[in-house]
Amino acid sequence: MVKRHHAVVRATHWLNALLLLGMIASGLQIYGAYAHFGPRGAPYPLLNPWDGSGFPAWARLGGWLAGGLNWHFALAWPFVLTGLAYVVFLVVSGEWRSLLFRPRDIRPAWEMQRYYLGLRSEHPPQGKHNALQKLAYTTIVSLGALAVASGFAIYKPVQLWWLTALFGGYELARYWHFLLVWVFVAFTLLHVLLVLLVDRASLRAMVSGWYRGRFPSHD
Amino acid sequence: MTEPGLSRRDLLRLGVAAGPAALLAACGWDGGPTLEPRLRLFSRVNDWVGEKILLRRQRPAPEYPVSARTEPNRFPAYSITYNDTRRYPGVPQVGEWAVEVGGLVRNPLRLTSAMIEALPAVTYTVKHHCVEGWTAIGTWTGVPVSTIVGLARPTTEARYLRFDSFDRGYYNGWDLASAMHPQTILAYAWNDRPLMMNRGAPLRLYSPIKLGYKMTKYLTKMTFTRDRPGGYWEDQGYPWFGGI
Repeated sequence: MVKRHHAVVRATHWLNALLLLGMIASGLQIYGAYAHFGPRGAPYPLLNPWDGSGFPAWARLGGWLAGGLNWHFALAWPFVLTGLAYVVFLVVSGEWRSLLFRPRDIRPAWEMQRYYLGLRSEHPPQGKHNALQKLAYTTIVSLGALAVASGFAIYKPVQLWWLTALFGGYELARYWHFLLVWVFVAFTLLHVLLVLLVDRASLRAMVSGWYRGRFPSHD
Repeated sequence: MTEPGLSRRDLLRLGVAAGPAALLAACGWDGGPTLEPRLRLFSRVNDWVGEKILLRRQRPAPEYPVSARTEPNRFPAYSITYNDTRRYPGVPQVGEWAVEVGGLVRNPLRLTSAMIEALPAVTYTVKHHCVEGWTAIGTWTGVPVSTIVGLARPTTEARYLRFDSFDRGYYNGWDLASAMHPQTILAYAWNDRPLMMNRGAPLRLYSPIKLGYKMTKYLTKMTFTRDRPGGYWEDQGYPWFGGI
C-alpha cells in the first residue's frame, strides 16, 4: 500500500463533485427560462440540441428561475473556494508535478492512447498518473477556471465588460458557459468508466488515501 | 487487524454516496421551508458584493449604434396587469398623472410630464439584459434620476430609493449608488418615439446597469427611505440587487 491522495485532495475532489452537480442542476434550471442563445430577433448559428426546450425536473435544481439563481449564486462561492484550495494545495505541496501536462508528456500520451486503442498490447510504464491522465486533469481544471470566468462574464457583463469581451460578448459567453456543462458531463462519465474498468483501486484511494493497485510508483 | 481503516473507509464511502443521492432527490426543488430562506439570505452577500465591490458608480455601460437596435416587435414587453388581464394598465388621465417624490427629502416634488420633459434629457442606445437570459438593444430617452435627486435633496439618512407604479402594486427598491448612476433615467421615449403602454408609459425607470425586472414601469412614486425596500419579484425570491 502506498499513500496516494492527501486529505486536501480527497476532500476537494468529492466536494467539487457535489458542488459541480449542484451548479449544473441549478444552471439547467436557469437555462430553461430562455432556452435559446444569441440576441433577441436574430437566429444564432451555434449548435444547440436543446434549443427551445427546457430540461426535465430530475435534472434541475431550484424549482423556478429565482430558485435556480439563488442555488447557483450560493453554490458558486464554495465551488470557487474548493477549486482554489485544490490548486493552492497542488502548488504548495509540489503535487502539481505529477498532474500538470507538459510538452514532454506528449509522446507518452500518444503511447497511452495507442494502448487504449488496442494498437499496443502492454500498458506503458507510468508514475502516479499516466500522461493521458495528466492531460485530462490539466484540461479539466483549466476548463473549471474557464467555467467560473464565463460565469462571471454573464453575471456582470457591464461591470466586468472586459471579461465578457474576452468571451466574445454576453451572448457568446452564455453559450460557452452552457457548452462547458457538457464537457464536464462527458469528462465525469469517462472518468468514472475508466476508474471502474482500468483501476478500481484508485477509487478506494480517492476515499481513504491509500492505494493498493497496479500502478504503485509515485513520480 | 489486517484492515484497520476498513470501517472508517466504508463510512466515508457511504457519506460520499449520500451527498449526490440527496441532491438528486432534491432536484426541481427550491430548498424547501428550511433551505430556501437561507438561500435568500445568502443572496444578500451577493447583493453586497454587487453594490460595494463590483459596481463602478460613474462608469457608463457601452452604447451601441442605432443600427444595432432589436426589431421593435422582437423586443419583449410585459406588465403584471397584462399577464393577469391581457390588457396593459389603464392610461392615467392626462393632467392628473404625476410622479410624487417624497420620503426622506428636504424638498418633496410633484412632477408632471411637462415638468419632466423640460429637464435636460439624455438619450442612449444600450443593451437590455433580462434575468431570463435574453438581450435586446433599444434607444431610451429620459431625465437622469440623479437630476431628480438633486432637486429633491434627500436627507443624509436616505439610503434607498423606492419606485412605485400603477401596475398592480409592482415596485422596486434600489440602492442609491445605482440610482445615481449617470445612465439611470426616468424614460419617456423609446426608439425616438413617446413610450407606448407596453413599455411603461407615461414614465418608467430605465438603466443599462440593472436587469430588466429592476426597472419600474408606469411610475407613480419615488420614495427615499432609510430601510431597504423590497420589490415585486424580489419579495418572491429574485436577487434584490439585480445589477449587472
